[in-house]
Order: sequence, then structure tokens, then C-alpha cells
Amino acid sequence: MRSRRPFYAGVFILLITGILLSALRHYELDIPWLPGDQQTTWLVEARIDFEAVGDPVRASLNLPEQPPGFRVLSEQAASPGYGFSVVRKQGLRRGEWSIRQATGPQTLYFKAQFTRDPEQGTPVSQPPPAPEPVFWEEPQATAVDQVLSVARQRSSTPESLTRELIKLIRSSDPDQNASLLLTENDTHDLLPELLRHAGIPARTVGGLVLENARRLQPLKPFLEIHNGERWLTFNPRTGDQGVPDNVLLWRRDATSLLDVMGGEASEVNFSMMRQTIPALSLARSEATQEGLGFLSLYQLPVEEQGMFRTLLLLPLGALVVAFMRIIIGVRTSGTFMPVLIAVAFLQTSLLPGLVTFIAVVTVGLLLRGYLSSLNLLLVSRIATLIILVIFISAGISIVGYQMGFNPGMTVTFFPMVILAWTIERMSILWEEEGAREVVVQGAGSLIVAVLAYLVMQAPLVGHLTFNFPELHLVVLAAILLLGRYTGYKLSELHRFEPMSEHEP
Amino acid sequence: MKWISPFRLARLGMLSMNRRNVDYIARYNDRASYPLVDNKLRTKLLAADYGVATPGLKQVIRLQHDIPRFREQADQLGSLAIKPAKGSGGKGIVVITGRDGDRFLKGSGNAVDLAFLERHLSNILAGLYSLGGSPDVAIVEDLIECSPQLNEQSFEGVPDIRIVVFQGYPVMAMLRLASHASDGKANLHQGAIGVGLDIGTGSALHAVQFNRTVHTHPDTGLPLNRLSIPDWRTLLLMASRCYDATGLGYMGADMVIDATDGPMLLELNARPGLAIQMANGQGLLPRLRHIEALRRPHLTAEERVDYAMGRFGAPLMSPANPEPEPVSSP
Repeated sequence: MRSRRPFYAGVFILLITGILLSALRHYELDIPWLPGDQQTTWLVEARIDFEAVGDPVRASLNLPEQPPGFRVLSEQAASPGYGFSVVRKQGLRRGEWSIRQATGPQTLYFKAQFTRDPEQGTPVSQPPPAPEPVFWEEPQATAVDQVLSVARQRSSTPESLTRELIKLIRSSDPDQNASLLLTENDTHDLLPELLRHAGIPARTVGGLVLENARRLQPLKPFLEIHNGERWLTFNPRTGDQGVPDNVLLWRRDATSLLDVMGGEASEVNFSMMRQTIPALSLARSEATQEGLGFLSLYQLPVEEQGMFRTLLLLPLGALVVAFMRIIIGVRTSGTFMPVLIAVAFLQTSLLPGLVTFIAVVTVGLLLRGYLSSLNLLLVSRIATLIILVIFISAGISIVGYQMGFNPGMTVTFFPMVILAWTIERMSILWEEEGAREVVVQGAGSLIVAVLAYLVMQAPLVGHLTFNFPELHLVVLAAILLLGRYTGYKLSELHRFEPMSEHEP
Repeated sequence: MKWISPFRLARLGMLSMNRRNVDYIARYNDRASYPLVDNKLRTKLLAADYGVATPGLKQVIRLQHDIPRFREQADQLGSLAIKPAKGSGGKGIVVITGRDGDRFLKGSGNAVDLAFLERHLSNILAGLYSLGGSPDVAIVEDLIECSPQLNEQSFEGVPDIRIVVFQGYPVMAMLRLASHASDGKANLHQGAIGVGLDIGTGSALHAVQFNRTVHTHPDTGLPLNRLSIPDWRTLLLMASRCYDATGLGYMGADMVIDATDGPMLLELNARPGLAIQMANGQGLLPRLRHIEALRRPHLTAEERVDYAMGRFGAPLMSPANPEPEPVSSP
């Protein structure tokens, strides 16, 4: 018999390493064990992509400066091989990257950390010179005058004039003058021009709507006017005054967001993530590359951090499956299918996810019943099922949307191929073992999926797996130990119960 | 729901699924030998080399375009069994007992047409019944004509004998009788009846259906405790030789007894189930541990079988082989 000692020693080392490393990081970097009452910070990352053509490259990005309602905690640029500096040009802050020569696709990052600070208002500023009237061609000039005079009649201050103008332009049933202007101009350009024509300094600024773990977000235009004392922000879509709590104004002036010299097809995207780590310790872990700081995932681009958040939950789902199958003895259809379903539940939330999953599988099973009479080969039958599953999903989405259930849309989070295989397996199971076995395995899979979901969505679990990735060594040790469990499953205690009559 | 404590199960020596996987299958079964038993066609050819009889092979259908050949010969084939070479747990096996005009009579008595069989063949080739869904071949075999004394016990389908062979020693055996509930299949979890057999003599010890003790066959009404398998030692010898052929330390050999050709090997299983313990009313662990503790294992199949028959046979008048007792209501 092979000795089991090395195995248990290995498991023990994994266990100790995981616990020690996380304890060390806890004490060294002050990362708390529990999520909770820390200050919420937002990590926003601007990602610049462009195609360099082989010449010297200079890229210049507009940087936020004292955005209303937020405080900047840290700023950092990451771009291999590039020189970076923050420069002021005509009173504006811009980040500038430069390199002697570059070819091919280039990616530059600028990361900034913000925390909400309602005290931070818009500072009093000198009014810019009164704008010159804009030159309009006929018949637009007449329309502009008409629209402005209507708005002026209903208002008394620059603020109310702005609100009235937005109402007139944004009305679901705009009058003739407004329609004429809208056909010739873009709304976001039209509003500031109208205001400037009326002698009010106005500009379009770019705001970022903050939502957790969003990627590839663009800036949304907001309207600002100067009332003689300070700049005021308006939402040009609703006419609401003020900056919403979840909007970060990134660009506060009319200059370009991004300039790239020596590159083409440039674009800038924003990713963002909410963090619950104390601002102090986060700043420290980012600042210190030595020590245990290098082990943390905060070094990665925010885009990838978001993906790792989900990825790092998977081992726990796998642990739940291993436990349920080895210790409890639940039968599931497909070994790790429940984990994939649980990941989908994370996106859809539990109840809508369960309903859509059961609906898709049930409808799929009914259609599969017809398919089995068609005498198809296995591969094309599965392929047919995949297409059917997509149709069913689309149907459920449309019906759900029409009935006003937005969750209907979330059906797309389910892995379609897995759904198709699940339906196929269930259908074969039905034909061979009867409906009872389908219910047993289907229910088993769902119970395991729900349990895995409950574990994976717990805030504590999300916090620990992401901030202490070394704890996965402990999960690994647990899974290895489960792999050597030779005792009875809970289900066997019931299955073997009739043996009690043979006991001597 | 009734439960039994794990300590009582341990006292009974019941082998659990996890222990079977870790301590026996993983330790004694070499992965490289699995294809020998997972593919019935290879098992068949290998068994012939070791003097173990198997049902006669009529046809092998390897490719989709072999199916027309099956159609051409279907008329002359008479009774036959179609099996996926890599199937498991009896899945995908279709038994044709005879003809009714253009239609084929299945073992259960239902009639099917040629198109059904062709569809079934292409399903087999596409890997519907194979482990992991890999492409497969279909084999067409002679139908076993079961010896009459056993056949009267089985409601439909052929009764087969599962023997667990550990390091070449037959350690436990049971007879599996199809019932109406199992649709002619000899799978215990589908409702077939498992009759534990005395390794020493091949006579019945105890019987279960759906894990519950039964005394008579629910469909035929015949008492199950008078069963005895003919040619018992030959059967055990064949099972033991399969160890020499495959080298698998822990396996199940499924045997049948043909009316004319005697004992035959149907298939081998590298992951035999645990229900055999229920059918015998005894746990496997004491016997497995006894073999593991042997200082000098026996080298030939004859020695091993004789040792196992003497060692694991039920002692006369043992409590496991009781006097006919009052039949309790099923």
C-alpha cells in the first residue's frame, strides 16, 4: 500500500501556506477580514487604444480636476515604455504620454481613485467673457429667435432659461421651430449654442455614470452654464439641475477628450469598480511594490480585476459540488453543470434565473420530444437544440419584456451550449430511466446550483476570495481531502438501510 | 425515510461508493486496461484468447454506410442482440427475439420496424450510448438462448450472473432476473431482481428488488430461494481467467448460461456497482480485506477459484441460508 503521508503533508502545507499568507497580508497591508463599513471608493480606469504607425507618438488625455461631489485619492498611469506627465495647458489638466517610436496596437491606462464627498461643490470662478452671438443661417436664425423668445417669456434667470430650453428641445412633441433646429443640429451641440446665442456662457462636459464592475463605458454629455458666479450642471436629457450622485464629471471643458499624434483609430473607454477597502491601505498596497503588495490583484487593470472577481468565485462553486456529490451523494446531471448555472444566477439574481432556467429546459424538453422522432444524428440533434434554445431564450426575453419583467432579458447570461446538452441528457434520461430520474437529477442539479449560488454571492465570500486570493489554497486542500474521503455518503445511509435486517 | 447509522454499516462490512473508488478501483485497476473492458468488441476478442466463451458475433457496424449492409442481412439474422461496443449499464442494447412479418419483435414483446433499428444503429455510431459521447461501433450478436431452468425464473429477458472478481478471486456473486418493472433489463436500479449466490455452491442466499427483500419473483410467483446455478465452478473459472486477460484487480464479470453452449461471458465492468452487497445481505469489505491480506496469492485460476469456494462459501445451515421461513407480504 502506498504511503498516504506525503499526500497529507502536502495538504497540510497548502492549508498552512494559505492561512499564513492571508494573515500576513492582513497585518502587513491592513486588508480587513470582513467586508462592511469601510468607505466606498471608486476605481475608474481610462483605457486608450490606438494603432501606432511607426512615428513618435504623443497621446494627451483630458484629466478630471476637482469633479463636483468627489475627491481624488490617487492617480496612476500605466503604459509600458511610455513617458508620462501631467501638464497644464491653458489652465486645463491633461495627461501626456510620449514615446520615440511605436508601431502596432497600443494600450495606455490611466487609473484614478475617487471617493464620494458631498462637501466638494463647484468652486466660485470668474465668469468667462460674455459669448458672442452665434451666426445662424436662415431659416434657422428665425427659429432660434422664436425658441429663445418663448423660453425667455417663461423664465427669469439663466438657470430657468436653460431648463425651459431643454424642455422645448427635448419635448416629445417639439414645436415647428424646435423640430427645424433638431433636423439640422445635434442636440448636444444645439443647446450650448442656443445658450451662447442668448449671451449665457455654456459648454458640454463629459460625465461617467458610476456602476459597479462596468466595462467599456463612454462619457455621457452634460450641459453646463455659468450664472455669473459658478458653473452649474444640467442633465440635457431631463433638464434636472445639479450633478447626480452617481455621476463623475470627467471632462469639464469643451476641449477634446483625447488627442493622439502618430497614431490612428484611437478610442478611449472607461471601466470602473466599487471597492470597499480602506482608502489608506489601498493607497499603500498600490504604492509599495515590495513586500506582499505584489501579490495583490489590485495591480491588474480594472477591466481584468472585474473578471477575476467572478473567476475567483468558481473554486467555491466547485467545492460545493464536490461536497454535495461526495459527502451528501446528490445526483446531478453533468458534473459541473450546476456551477455554470450558479454563475449565471449571479448575473440574473436567483428567482428570475431559476424561473428562466426551468422555463427554457421545460420548453426544450417538449421540443426535444419531437426531435427524437426525426431520426437525426447526435451531432446535428445537439446543434438543432442549440438553435432552439436560442429561439426559446429570445421568446422568453420578448414575452418577459412585453409583460414588463425586465429580468426576461437576463436569459442571455445562461451558457446556451450547456443548456442544450442539459436538455439532451435529460431527454435521454427520460426515455431510458423514466420521468422520475429526470426529476431527481434535475432537482439535484438545481439544489446544488442554488447552494453554490448562495455561497458565491455572499458578500463575505466575494470579499475574501478577491482580497485574499491565497485562501484558495485552503479551498484546494479541502477539495483534495474530499477526494480521499472513503466513508459513507449521506444518501448511502438511506440506500443501505435494508441491510439492518442482516446484522448479526 | 429510514436511515442506518454509519457505524452499523461499518460493522456489516459494507463497501461504500467512495471507498470503492479510492481504495479499490483507483488502486487495483490500471487505467490503461480500461479500454479492454469498456469496449465489448475488444473484450470479446481478448476473452477468446483465454478460453472464455462469448456469444457469437454476427456483424460489426463501424460506419454509417455499413447500415445498408445490416438492412440486407437483417432478413436472415433471425434473433439477435444489437449492442453499442462502448455502452455502459446496459444502455443502448436492443434484443430482437423474432419476426412478425416485416416487423421485429423486441424482448419486451413490442414490435418495431427496420427504420427504428437503423435509427438505433446510427445513434450508436454517433456515440449516444458510449462513455463520454465518443464515436462508437455497433455489434450484432447471437441471441443467448437461456437454459430452461433459469429462464422460467426470469419474467422477460435473459438472467445474467454478476461476479465480482478481486485480484482474480471470485469474491461475491448474484443472479439478476429481469422483471416487468425493469422492462426486460437486468439492471437492479431499474427494478430487476438481484439474487445473492453462494460462492461455494451457486445456490441462492437471499433476494432483493428495489433494495427490499423479496422471497418470490413478483411476476412469475416462483420462490427464489431454491435457485441453483448449474456449471457453477466453470462459471467462476471463466470469471477468474478474465483477471489474467485484463489485469484489472477489481472488476465485475457478467456471465450468462446458454442452453446449448453453456457459460459465457457477456461483458466486463471495471466499476462494478454496490448493489451486489444488498442482494447477498453481506458486505464486501471483509472478503476484499481477506484477499488483500493473503501472504501468497494463488497463481492459477483453478487454485484461486477453489480457494474462494472453500473460503467464501456459506457454511451449511448458516443463518444466511435459513430454513424456509414464513413468507412475509411483499
